[in-house]
Amino acid sequence: MKRVAGLLAFAFALLTPALASAQDSNATLIQNATILTITHGNIEHGSVLIQDGKIAAVGTDLKAPAGATVIDASGQFVMPGIIDCHSHIAVEGSVNEGGPAVSSMANIADVLNPEDISIYRDLAGGVTVANILHGSANPIGGQTVVIKLRWGKSPSELPFQGALPGIKFALGENPKRSNFQPPPGIPPRYPATRLGVEEVIRQAFTEAREYKKQWDDYNQRKAAGEQNLMPPRRNETLVPLVEVLEGKRYVHSHCYRADEILMLMRVAKEFGFKVRTFQHVLEGYKVADEIAASGAGGSTFSDWWAYKAEAYDAIPYNAALMSERGVIVSINSDDAEEASHLNQEAAKAIKYGGLSSNDALKLVTLNPAIQLGIDSRVGSIDVGKDADLVIYNHDPLSVYAVVQKTFIDGQVYFDRQRDIAQRPELAKEKQALIDKEKKAGEEQKKAAEEQKKAAEGTGKKPDKKPEQKKKPPTEIESHGAVAGGAL
Amino acid sequence: MKIRLKREYIVLVAAMVCAVGVLSWVRAARGEGGEPRYFAITHARIVPVSGPVLEDGTVVLAKGLIQSVGTNVSIPPEAWVIDGKGLTVYPGLIGAGTDLGLPKPPASAGGGRPAIATTPTGEPILGPEGRPGTSPWRVAADEIKIDDKRIQEWRNAGFTTALTTPDGGIFPGQGTIIDLGGDRAGDFIVKPAATLQVAFTPIGGLFGFPDSLMGTIAYVRQVFDDTSWYGQAEPVYEANVTKFERISYDRTERAIAKAQSRNEIVLLPANTSIQILRALKLTGEWKVPAVIYGGQQAYAVASAIAAQKMQVLVNLKWPEVAKDADPEAEQTLRDLRFRDRAPSTPAALAKAGVKFAFYSDGLTGPKDIFKSLKRATDAGLAPEAALRAITLDAANILGVDDRMGSIQPGRIANLVVTDGDIFNEKTKVKQVFVDGRWYPIHEEPKPSDKPGDTKPESAGTSATAVHGEVGR
Repeated sequence: MKRVAGLLAFAFALLTPALASAQDSNATLIQNATILTITHGNIEHGSVLIQDGKIAAVGTDLKAPAGATVIDASGQFVMPGIIDCHSHIAVEGSVNEGGPAVSSMANIADVLNPEDISIYRDLAGGVTVANILHGSANPIGGQTVVIKLRWGKSPSELPFQGALPGIKFALGENPKRSNFQPPPGIPPRYPATRLGVEEVIRQAFTEAREYKKQWDDYNQRKAAGEQNLMPPRRNETLVPLVEVLEGKRYVHSHCYRADEILMLMRVAKEFGFKVRTFQHVLEGYKVADEIAASGAGGSTFSDWWAYKAEAYDAIPYNAALMSERGVIVSINSDDAEEASHLNQEAAKAIKYGGLSSNDALKLVTLNPAIQLGIDSRVGSIDVGKDADLVIYNHDPLSVYAVVQKTFIDGQVYFDRQRDIAQRPELAKEKQALIDKEKKAGEEQKKAAEEQKKAAEGTGKKPDKKPEQKKKPPTEIESHGAVAGGAL
Repeated sequence: MKIRLKREYIVLVAAMVCAVGVLSWVRAARGEGGEPRYFAITHARIVPVSGPVLEDGTVVLAKGLIQSVGTNVSIPPEAWVIDGKGLTVYPGLIGAGTDLGLPKPPASAGGGRPAIATTPTGEPILGPEGRPGTSPWRVAADEIKIDDKRIQEWRNAGFTTALTTPDGGIFPGQGTIIDLGGDRAGDFIVKPAATLQVAFTPIGGLFGFPDSLMGTIAYVRQVFDDTSWYGQAEPVYEANVTKFERISYDRTERAIAKAQSRNEIVLLPANTSIQILRALKLTGEWKVPAVIYGGQQAYAVASAIAAQKMQVLVNLKWPEVAKDADPEAEQTLRDLRFRDRAPSTPAALAKAGVKFAFYSDGLTGPKDIFKSLKRATDAGLAPEAALRAITLDAANILGVDDRMGSIQPGRIANLVVTDGDIFNEKTKVKQVFVDGRWYPIHEEPKPSDKPGDTKPESAGTSATAVHGEVGR
């Protein structure tokens, strides 16, 4: 309850330059903390040195360079920023383009909204990177983008530079619209069965293959100097699918049941592309060996189940079981609020399935980084990686852990103390604006009433007479002048 | 007919009783279709906008154009001379985005969002090929109804020109620049196809395409792709008809390709800072000559707009709390700030060197426009800059500054004559010239006025007013 109130208070904290301000010095030293490196154990009384947005050193005996900002984190914990492999925040408008069964022309990158308050709330939950996905309304959905939660920056500064873009696929009840039927008179959209979902994907890739051939052929002949070539049309729906075929775009597929997971792996094999992650993948534990063999990752929930027919066989051991069989597993949020406590969601894998603390933390740090192909940059506290870090006041796997600071590229994007300190000021500004608006409204009303009164009270004389006096002279003058001029 | 008879009668009487000079004017006037075509406004304060103010100047209008302006200009003998003492002459004001003359489409039965968008023939639209909400071939000029009462209302407030745009859908059609006066629709049209409208409104309904902002943007992108493909493919096909499969007919591609061949500006919607930054990015990607409309949060991104040399049509309907809003509802600081700062946008744009004009999205009339403009000047916009925005800069953005927007020889004789500063609430517009036609302004008769004291129907509605006045 307390936390909810806190989150509400975050609503006050809006885009202010102070929030996302860069530090003057390029160096920051976080010292005396327990460093959870993820890749090489925990360091008690350790330090992390940040320089130029990167992790410059990790150890126990680091000295702050001259001019560096020193943060004493005694008794606190530093871990890599949380990576949410399935998020829908920071999007303007609907996350679903649900009209066509294949909506790959739609691109999340076109509608990024860095002012979405969910970004800030998720920063307050330690999230620094999120895979922003299109919804699950279509067998093949829209294009997706990995972002850093650079709150307060422009839309073009959100994307994680160097991360491959993705595309959302969806299998099962959502794309076949089991729970979302149009009103009478409107024919339901094809597909309506899992068989149909498979067929739609197969058809789309058949077209994409043909489309790619057309372009390859055209480009080849053009390069050979052939004249009078008819250019193929650019098809925004097929372009991203060609990129999938060429390995330039990751497939993130929403799925629940084991059978549909196997289906997509077969289709992918047939067309020669790879599924990068299975999302939700609640029955992943049933086909963990097959998923591991295909090289795909599994991004699942901790303990959500039974909210629809295809989610009935879900178990909270899913993450642990898939991990045991060699699948790279992450735990995602699929929800702005859930994303603000992904550390706790990871902790559940210790209770359900007995993962080690470090392996549990991997579920929300290094593993999603691997799944998104960005593990050389983020996901652990290693020298040379981006300084995307979170400081917690307790062990992040504890329910008592509260984020104190969140860093992206070495910059503080969330600071709990600063947030709390700013609240009265923001509340004051807000009240002042409300009062100003109220006053302006009242003045307007008053002016309108006075005008009305003036018009009624004086029997319209003051309103009419002077005008009549004023008006004719101009006209008379002008007519007089006309005559004069003409003469 | 009544008006015609009256006009003839008046002219006859005038001809009989007046001196030779008047007679010659009548001949000249009749030769031009019954209206005087030469005017001189003398001893007036003239604000040409394109140059320094003349405190005691003369402007001569001849056959619809400004013939000369200055302190020492010769007045042609056939001119009506209007003593402009105490009067100020401005270029006619330009509303850069209205629906004047365009009848509102009938409200759909039942209202609300349709469950699915359909083609004109009723098939559900499930993808870009269905061309949802797309009618770029529609040109406002073809639909102008000059009996729209608002035309007179706007003209009486000093507006001589408006961009009027079709509405509805993603590509509703092309906007037309009209002058607010004339006898028939054709007289009104200055530039029939002036702007290509784009709206990022997801119109697919709950089950059709597009039902999201990103889908709408993707659709617009596909349409521009298709258009440029058509531009490339059509000549190749025409030169090799025996070699290639023929190109299927798509009215959208052809209409937009034609608009683009004229370098017609594309009006892209963008009101918040995020939307503006997006529009800047998309414009760069699509390589279309775009102008942003909306722009109310441009105060936050004015330098980015300037860097891309983008021009903006600013929506004068400043954001406000919805009239039916829940008074108990929690307000966000972001909304409060936006409402507070939006009117400072024009000042911020001016400071950043961005060219902008104003449009009146949904404001009920010119009275509200001046009220909104006042909020902009209160928030730091210099009155000269405000005037420029509603005259010369509007003309420049719309590509007609070679013929209007300033008081210079050779410009269309669109003028507004006032008894004071145009931004002063107490100032009255006394006369308006549209294409050199004279529209003296009369106060609307009050309902309580004596019934016998009715104004002539010519009260500013058409050029017959000139003769009505002479006859009195």
